[in-house]
Amino acid sequence: MSEAAPSLLGRLGVWFSPAASADIAAATSAALRSDRFRLEREGEWKRLEAIVTRIERGRLRGVSDEDLLALPALYRTAVSSLAVARETSLDAETLLWLEGLTRRAWFIVYGPRAGLGDWLMRFFGGGWGASVRALHSEILIALVLMIAGTIVGWLLVASDPDWYYALMPGGMGPRVPGASRAVLMNTLFGQQDQKGLAVFAAALFSNNAQVAILAFALGFAFGLPSALLLIQNTTMLGALLWLYHGQGLTIEIVGWLSVHGTTELYAILLAGAAGLHIGRAMAFPGEASVLDAAAAAGRRSAQVMAGVVFMLIVAGLLEGFARQLIDNTAGRLIVGIFMLVFWTAYFFVWRGAGKQA
Amino acid sequence: MVRREPRDRTRTVITPEGVALPFVLASRGSRAAALVIDLILIMTAMAVTTLTLIWIAGGIGIKMGDIEAGSPKSRALQALAIVWIIAMFLFRNAWFLFFELGPRGATPGKRVTGIRIAARGTERLTTEAVIARNIVRDIELFMPIVFISSAVAAGSDTDLAGWAGAVWCAIFLLFPFFNRDSLRCGDVIAGTWVVEAQTRKLGQALSVSAPVAATDQAFTFTPAELAVYGEFELQTLERVLRDGRVPALDDVADAISRKIGRPYPDGAERVFLESYYLQLRARLEQGLRFGKRKADKHAA
Repeated sequence: MSEAAPSLLGRLGVWFSPAASADIAAATSAALRSDRFRLEREGEWKRLEAIVTRIERGRLRGVSDEDLLALPALYRTAVSSLAVARETSLDAETLLWLEGLTRRAWFIVYGPRAGLGDWLMRFFGGGWGASVRALHSEILIALVLMIAGTIVGWLLVASDPDWYYALMPGGMGPRVPGASRAVLMNTLFGQQDQKGLAVFAAALFSNNAQVAILAFALGFAFGLPSALLLIQNTTMLGALLWLYHGQGLTIEIVGWLSVHGTTELYAILLAGAAGLHIGRAMAFPGEASVLDAAAAAGRRSAQVMAGVVFMLIVAGLLEGFARQLIDNTAGRLIVGIFMLVFWTAYFFVWRGAGKQA
Repeated sequence: MVRREPRDRTRTVITPEGVALPFVLASRGSRAAALVIDLILIMTAMAVTTLTLIWIAGGIGIKMGDIEAGSPKSRALQALAIVWIIAMFLFRNAWFLFFELGPRGATPGKRVTGIRIAARGTERLTTEAVIARNIVRDIELFMPIVFISSAVAAGSDTDLAGWAGAVWCAIFLLFPFFNRDSLRCGDVIAGTWVVEAQTRKLGQALSVSAPVAATDQAFTFTPAELAVYGEFELQTLERVLRDGRVPALDDVADAISRKIGRPYPDGAERVFLESYYLQLRARLEQGLRFGKRKADKHAA
């Protein structure tokens, strides 16, 4: 005991001594072949660790170009060292450390490849359209559901106007069955001097985006809630159309709705389709396992959803500004139809400059 | 020397280079802790933003009633309101996204608890996967919160719809408890899982750090004495040597000395153990090179 303590202290002193060159000299004198293997490669491992640590801390700019270029090669060195060490070395410490280092480097070498900027470039330059086209059959199903929902809404209210109160959320103001033509007309036109439009637009966007996210996320329950949400939202549309149709204001309400509605309904259509896509993949996974099928479908439709949020920003701006500022039906219809044609062309006609990765 | 069962949470992933990398799944507890930390941070950020905006609004000297008037002040207030709505939206939806897309793949809460997200299997973690797993968070987390708080606000009478909603929320909240990899719904959709992200320091190579034993050969053991133990005992001995706690060294030295029937002088426990370690490792590694592994002392 009395001898062991000082010798231990002396050894600790050696461990923490700054003389790293002594280690390298020691490589030749190390008794074990596996330790020589380790000491010969330790410099490269340590370099990889330093690079990985700097990247993990978010200091990408602090990493020199040479280091970045060397990263994949250093990673492969570490991987092959690990493979060799597992077969030749019984040094548990080195093995565990090397596993940890390889794991950290693996996350970086095989991590999200593109930064947010690059990803956006690829996204708008064709990636979004391609992912939308991949969902074409679900989009058709969602479209059928939405049309059916509109018709059902109309028929329900036409058969019994009390349905209107059941379908519509509260606070509809003057838009109730039995309202006079003048009152309804007033809700459509003459609001360009209204204040707080920008706030209104931002609030609408935030609200609509949450609804779309919900439509997508509910796809998880085999798509059924997504379908219900699509129908429920469009029955409101049908009821509203019926109300204005009753006073001969069909074209006017269509114009009023279409300014932002073509964009917004398009976005909800895509969100619902994305939800249905996931639901379908989980209910009918085909050859793959349910988990793999869900993961593949989820990644495909996540890109669509990022686009949906963007479309809803556009819709919110149109709803807040364009609808109140353009005070005639023709102008509103032109804007609405233009947006409809624009989105359809962007998704289904334009194939993008670059190839999809 | 009790052999611990391999932990249930260990998963192996084969890298594209064909090497098996072990991962340890994050425990549900650490994930819950990470979430709580994140939620606290998000709420703090929301409160700070709100208070800052109110302070700015107060600084320009405007009151809430001015919003309808067409004055320059009302425009300024509108701008602030827009900033507020967008900031709240971003805090709710982009917080997790922003941090998990970074090189650490972890939100501040996950960093504190030492976990990160990773792609299941060999695929790389993609931006789409991170988006997908965080979109689903909305129904898993925020919808039940809204639902429960509105139910509490509504009072005690719970109708059928209320119970249905509670079941619905419970499905999502309890989902991680009903699968092996403790995936939540977002993980299922995105093809991700949450793993531990521990970093460790590399200790000194023992044959270099033990120069006395290596050079002086204070003890030389016969093959028969070295044949007693296998890899498992070797690595336990390595741990004891690296920890360097004197009582443990004494105990282990006594045990080995008794087992192989070889005494050692008092006070030379460390030299004895280091010599034994190095010679046992040299012997076992030589066997390894010839394709013979001896897993532990019970192996033939």
